[in-house]
Order: sequence, then structure tokens, then C-alpha cells
Amino acid sequence: MTVLTERLFEGADWDFQTLQRIHDACEDIAVTELGLNIYPNQIEVITAEQMLDAYCSAGMPLFYKHWSFGKQFAHQEAFYRKGLMGLAYEIVINSSPCISYLMEENTATMQSLVIAHAAFGHNHFFKNNYLFKQWTDAEGILDYLEFGKSYVTQCEERHGREAVEQTLDAAHALMSHGIDRYPGKKKLDLRAEERRAGERRLHEEQAFNDLWRTVPTGPAKSPESLNIERRRKLLGLPQENLLYFLEKSAPRLQSWQRELLRIVRHVAQYFYPQGQTKVMNEGTATYVHYRILTRLHEQGRISDGNFLEFLRSHTNVVFQPEFDDPRFSGINPYTLGFAMMQDIERIVSNPADEDREWFPDIAGTGEVMATLRDIWANYRDESFISQFLSPRLMRQMRMFHLHDNPDESAGIRVDAIHDERGYRAVRRELARQYDLGVVESNIEVVDVDLAGNRRLMLRHAVVKGALLAEADAKQVLHHLADLWSYDVSLVEVDANDVVLKEYVASPRITIAAA
Amino acid sequence: MAMHIVDRRLNSGSKSLENRQRFLRRAKALIQGAVNKSSQDRDIKDVLEGGEISIPLDGMNEPRFRREGGTRDMVLPGNKKFVEGDMLPRSGEVRGKASGAGEGDGEDAFRFILSRNEFVDLFFDDLELPDLAKRKPAEVDNEGFRRAGYATSGSPSNIAVSRTVTLSLARRVALRRPRSETIAKLEADIMNCDEAERTKLMAEAEALKEKIRRIPFIDPVDIRYRRFEPTRKPVAQAVMFCLMDVSGSMSEHMKDLAKRFYMLLYIFLKRRYRHVEIVFIRHTDRAEEVDEETFFRGPASGGTLVSAALSAMHEIVRSRFRPADWNIYAAQASDGDNSNSDADVVSRLLTEMILPVSQFFAYLEVGEASGNGFDMSESTLWLLYRRLCSDGAPLSMRKVSERNEIFPVFHDLFRRRGSLQKAVP
Repeated sequence: MTVLTERLFEGADWDFQTLQRIHDACEDIAVTELGLNIYPNQIEVITAEQMLDAYCSAGMPLFYKHWSFGKQFAHQEAFYRKGLMGLAYEIVINSSPCISYLMEENTATMQSLVIAHAAFGHNHFFKNNYLFKQWTDAEGILDYLEFGKSYVTQCEERHGREAVEQTLDAAHALMSHGIDRYPGKKKLDLRAEERRAGERRLHEEQAFNDLWRTVPTGPAKSPESLNIERRRKLLGLPQENLLYFLEKSAPRLQSWQRELLRIVRHVAQYFYPQGQTKVMNEGTATYVHYRILTRLHEQGRISDGNFLEFLRSHTNVVFQPEFDDPRFSGINPYTLGFAMMQDIERIVSNPADEDREWFPDIAGTGEVMATLRDIWANYRDESFISQFLSPRLMRQMRMFHLHDNPDESAGIRVDAIHDERGYRAVRRELARQYDLGVVESNIEVVDVDLAGNRRLMLRHAVVKGALLAEADAKQVLHHLADLWSYDVSLVEVDANDVVLKEYVASPRITIAAA
Repeated sequence: MAMHIVDRRLNSGSKSLENRQRFLRRAKALIQGAVNKSSQDRDIKDVLEGGEISIPLDGMNEPRFRREGGTRDMVLPGNKKFVEGDMLPRSGEVRGKASGAGEGDGEDAFRFILSRNEFVDLFFDDLELPDLAKRKPAEVDNEGFRRAGYATSGSPSNIAVSRTVTLSLARRVALRRPRSETIAKLEADIMNCDEAERTKLMAEAEALKEKIRRIPFIDPVDIRYRRFEPTRKPVAQAVMFCLMDVSGSMSEHMKDLAKRFYMLLYIFLKRRYRHVEIVFIRHTDRAEEVDEETFFRGPASGGTLVSAALSAMHEIVRSRFRPADWNIYAAQASDGDNSNSDADVVSRLLTEMILPVSQFFAYLEVGEASGNGFDMSESTLWLLYRRLCSDGAPLSMRKVSERNEIFPVFHDLFRRRGSLQKAVP
């Protein structure tokens, strides 16, 4: 057969028509061959400086103003200017349409890689993975961020920059504990969120009546009527979403401060799935770009030279230094993800006996894409690794498990290695490293002393003897106390309820000068 | 499926500028300390180029709940020789350990780059000319333009369209300019009427058309322009006298110090005060007023007579800067050598002529690099000035013998003081 397919581009130069051609060619393969289901794409071409900008607002095109983003920018810029750090080739945003930023200095090959990677790989993952479906609202996010940005600006105008900054500082300190881990009753709808914020404010303004201030209060309720069960029920305790608890129950916050906490909480929640699916997300995108670019080359739409350029970048991306290499900084999610996807492809299409034993459900079924798509939709890193990391890949990457007990004077013990006895232990430990529920400290609000001094009581369930870093914990608690406006205490207890450490913090300032 | 490509490269790239400014404002005290520190061992030229500074990280910390210690488990790639049950020594060898924990690693300093403007602004931030009190209303400054009604003449770009159209409408109504609808109606009538009527109507229509031609839609008399007026505001006038000893007793090192000091002063004044006149006077046993270029670069040598410079300054004040209207400042740099016979003249000139009219008089004594010149004896000029000082004259005096002392001394001299506090040494 001598069908001469036209090259998508020659050399390194590209223009917008080229991008369009590349996109269309990729889409053809992605949809027909890989069966991907994607949001419409929007591709934005940006400069290096804009890329730096985007880095410092969590990759989002618009974000409220805060000094910490400026700090990050200054830091990154210094690194970048000194040449210590290269910039990412792309940033992709989980929104509909799915926005991918491409750097203008990428070559045509790189643009192809990036389009296949972000606009198809990540895009499919965002649209289909259950965590993203459950926790993010791709249609509403950009509008919501816009609302957040203008709301913060408005608050600054009304209440002063200082007050807003203090509230945001405090909220940021608690951001990692402002997340709902269990799905609620209804799907998140950020557009409705925004509308409701406006309605709430309007209602407050309309319903304001100074007379209420003068109405005499009745006799105080007897303390007995609020026994502990009822109190905890009223306050929704125990509550691990600290920001949510403060937003709903902090006694002296102004309504705009509650709204700010809400915005920070929503943003944290929006990013929550990304933290739980790093390996899978990057693995999916890398696998997709590899498949698409390889097919494009087979079709003759990319020249051999450009394909070699692609392979070089691809190899850099999936490079995994070994643990004793000076470049080692943890397991590269691209490497692990891509290797696992390829491994699954192998298991499905060409399994060894060992694979049949370990993966009876998928081994040899022959349906590569259907299997992968199902995995992409229904797993997160932790469950993905604990289900699909194969002995063969463990051997290939020569994984081993270290157990470091500070009380053990002899040193660090090698607990398991990539052998018959160790496969399951290594896999279990690796999966656990990706479980945010284990990685993040488990802190919850347990009670409020309503009868006495209104102290807010928190509890940190210590796992494996890891206490909170003291200096940071104190500062965070101060922020927390500022929002709560009364004392806050935190106890760290181990599994047997033995108190290991105790903190008390008092509010430094009354943020809300009511 | 539809795909959009958006070219964002033309958007302004400085989206983070606002955040950056917030950050700088927040970290101001820390950054200022770092700026002053870093400027000490740099050349003036370099200082003004901005550059990298580092501030302690804990001042700008963003705290989070994070854990440390306890037993840790980690899975690492690249096993070569370990088997289950091996014990590895805790220090060295296993490098994965530190990064495996992944959380607590941070630097103790936060480094970033300040632009030239940011740097100089911060550097001069807490400095000012003391006692800038005399404000002469006559001297005014154009601050820009503001709207001031309408004018009948002006540039075409300033045409006030709505005002012009309003006026034209008023004129057309007043002159009874026929409306185009009236003519259209008339012409329609002409079509549908009999012969006798027609001529009459046609004449009428003709008359109306003629009238329309005579009364233009917009006449030059209608046109109005938006008028702008320069706004002015009174400013304080100030003059800085820079007196420099260039006599033979000043070594190259001393001259270098003095010039650096004045360079800094010059940049400070140029940057912070737009209305400060600067008069450069250099002297040996004769004094001359020179321009900036000669002052900083020109060579000169000779004997020393401080009174010459002071009387030259006095002369210039008398002829050009009326003390009632001007805030007068002076900075003098010298090695302190002066003939004893001159002391009385200097003292009289200063106490009677110069200090009474000056807001602030700074004296900088430059010494040899090793600093041994100072320890042995006080110079004649230093002794004299100190006496004047203790009599309550507004005189500040400092000594400098090393290049890196210039910045602190400069800062010290022009530090912002409380409004009540006079400029005292």
C-alpha cells in the first residue's frame, strides 16, 4: 500500500493551523482507537512569564489575590532566572471546556506531545474518574473562581485589606483540613454556590433591623438541657472538616468571613481529587500520549526525526532515578503510572502464568482499552496500586520496603523486597503511601465547652507515633483561635487514648471587630 | 468536536504583580533589613541595579499541620543488594531516607530577586530630608490635567460630542430648520395631488430644501471641546549644597569616599524629591561652583581653606536662594584638615551666616582606610564643629573611613525622625 499520508508538520515550527491539524489528528486516534470520552478542548498559547504566573496561582487562570502567591512567584522566578528550574511544558485545567496551556517556545513535536498528553489524556481522566465526578464541578469552576476573586476584592474594599488578609491567612493554614472526605447528599454545583452567596447577602441586607438588638433576651437555658449528646449533635460533631465547622459554628465571625472560609474550602475540595490521583492521572496522560504519538508516527504523519525528539522527551518524563541516586526525590508518578498502564496492557493481551494467578479478572481478556478505561474511571492511586501493581513490575523497578523505627538502635530494617514473600507487603506499603487519609494528619473537632469558656476542643489521633511539628502546630492553632475567637485546645492521643501532648491557644486579635 | 485556540501571549504577563507587591509589603521589614545589609558590600552602581536578596524564611512562614517523627515506612525503587531482614545503618548510605519522608525539608532562607526600582525604593524608604517646612506658594508644580468645562477651541481629539450635538439641536430648533420627515411627507403629497396643488407644493418643498441647505446640521459655532486645565500645587523648595574638599591633603581613598557619599546623596535627592536644586561646590584654598560632571570626575588639587567654600555657599544663598522661601541643606565632606587661622572665619561664617538659614547641615569626615588617623587626634575641623554642635547648632557629623561604612552613615544621617525632634547629631 502506498497511501502517502501528509505530514502534520515539518521541522520545529508551528502556527495555529498546525496546532489545529495536530489536535484533529490526535482526536481521531483518541476517539476511534482509544475510545476516550473528553470535554471540548480549549488550547491557549502562553509565554514563559505567563506560565510562571500560572504556577503561582495553583495553575488556575484566575485566582483571588493573596501575598502568599506573590511569595511563591518571587521564589519560583529566582529559581527560573538562575536556570535551576525548567518550566512545565503545559498546564491543564479540570474545567469544561478543558483548558490546556501550551508554552510558545515548545517545538511542534512538543506541542503534539502536550496536546495528546493534556488535551486528551488528562481531559479523559478528568471527565471520567469517579473522584473528579464526585468532587469537582468542571462546568462551574471558572465562574466560581471569578466569583471568588471579585468577592475577595469586594471584601477588601468594604472591610479593609488587613482584615481580609488575616482571615485568608487563617483559612489557608487550615486548608488541608477543610475537605470533606465522604460524599454528601448532592453533587457540588458551583454556579448555584455563587448564586446563593449573593442571595444570602441580599437577604441579610433586606432583613436587617436594628430593633432586634433591643429585644430583651429570655432567661438563659439551663446547662443540663444541653447534655453532651445533644450538643455534639447540634454542632455536628465530631467534625474533621475544620473550615466547614468554623464557617457554620464559629460564634463571632462576620458573614463575609464565613463566605471567605467557604471559598477557600471549595478551592481545597476542588484540588482534593488531584492529590489522590497523581499516579493514575499522569499515568493515563503519559500512556495516551505515547499511544497517540506512536500511531501518528506509524501513519507517517510525524517524521522519524520528530518521533525521535518525542521519544527523548518522553524518556525524560518517565525517568526514575534509583533511591541512591543524587537525583532521587521519591517515586516519579509519571514513571510508576506509565509503567503500570503498560503492564496492564501486557497482562490483558499477553499474560504470563504468574499474571493469571495474580490478576484472574483481567489477564488474557484481550480488551486492553476497555479494561484501562474501566480502571481509569473507578480507581484512585491507593486502590489502583493495591489492585494492579504486578510482581513483574515490582521486580523490574526493584522495589523494597524500609521500616524505620526510631527506637531501633541497630538501624533501619529492610522489611520486604521484590520476592515471593515480599510482593504483597511491598504493594500494600506503596499503596498506603498514596492514601491521603494516612498521609494527612487525622484531626477533628470533638467538643465545645458551651457552658464554660467556649473552648474549642480538637483531637489528633496519632498514627505510628508521629506527632505534629510543634512550631507549625502552634501557629496554626493561633490562626484557628483567631477564627473561633475563644480558646482552642488540641490533644494528641495514641490508639489507646493516652494523651501524648497538649496545646492551648488563645485568640491574638479579634479579627471581627463586631 | 469543536476546539478553540486562544492566543494569550498578548495578554499582559504581569498577573502576579499585584500579589508580588502584597508580598513585598508584607515582608517589608525583613526585606528592608536584607536590602540594607546587602548594599553594604556593594558598589553604588551595583546597588542601583537591584539583585538577589534573601530573607529568613520563618518570618514569612505559612504554617500547616504536619507531622514529624514516629515510625516510618517507605517503598523505594532500585534495590541492588538488600534482602529481607537486613539492617541498614542510620546515617549515610541510604539516601532515600531524607527525601522519603518528603515533608519537612525546607531551606532556612528564602531567596528572590528584586528589580532595580523595588530595590532603590526600599533602600531609600525610611530616609527623608529633615525639616522640609518652608513652602512657598508661588513656586508651583504641574501635577497633571483635570477637566474644566468646555471651550470653543481645541484639538479635534477633544471634541465633546454630546455637548456639540445638544447645541446644534438647540440652534436648529431656534432657526426652524425643516425636519427631513416634513419634506418626505411633502414629497409624498406631491405624488398624490392634482396639478394645481402640485406646483404650489413643489415650490414649498423647494423653499424648505433651500432652508435646509442654509442651516447646516452642525455649524462650527456648535462645536465644543472638552477643556483641560493644568492643576498646580505648591511645593516646598529645597536646595542641597554639596561642599567637597579636594585639596592635596585628601588622598585618593578619601576623595573616593566623599564622592561615593555624594553620589548616594545625589541619587537619593533625584529620586525622592523632584524639586531639590543641587549646588556643587568644591574647594581647595579657593572654592568654585561646578557642574555635576566636574564635581564627580574632575581632578583638582591645592591647599585647604574651608572658609572659602562656606563663603561661596553663603554668596550663592544670598544671590539665588532667599532663605525665607527655600529650605536649605548642606553636606560637607572633608578630611578635617584646615589651617588654624581659618577656624575663626569658619566658625563665624557658620554660626552667623549659614547655620541660621539652614535646615540641616551634615558634616562627613573621611579618613584613611586603616582608620588610624582618627584614633590619634581629632582634626581641627571636627573639634570646631563639635563645639558648635554642643552650642546647639543644627549640625550632624559623622566619620567614615571604610567604603562599607558609607551606607550606614548615610542612613543614619537621613533617617526619618519624629516630626518634633530636631535634626540633632
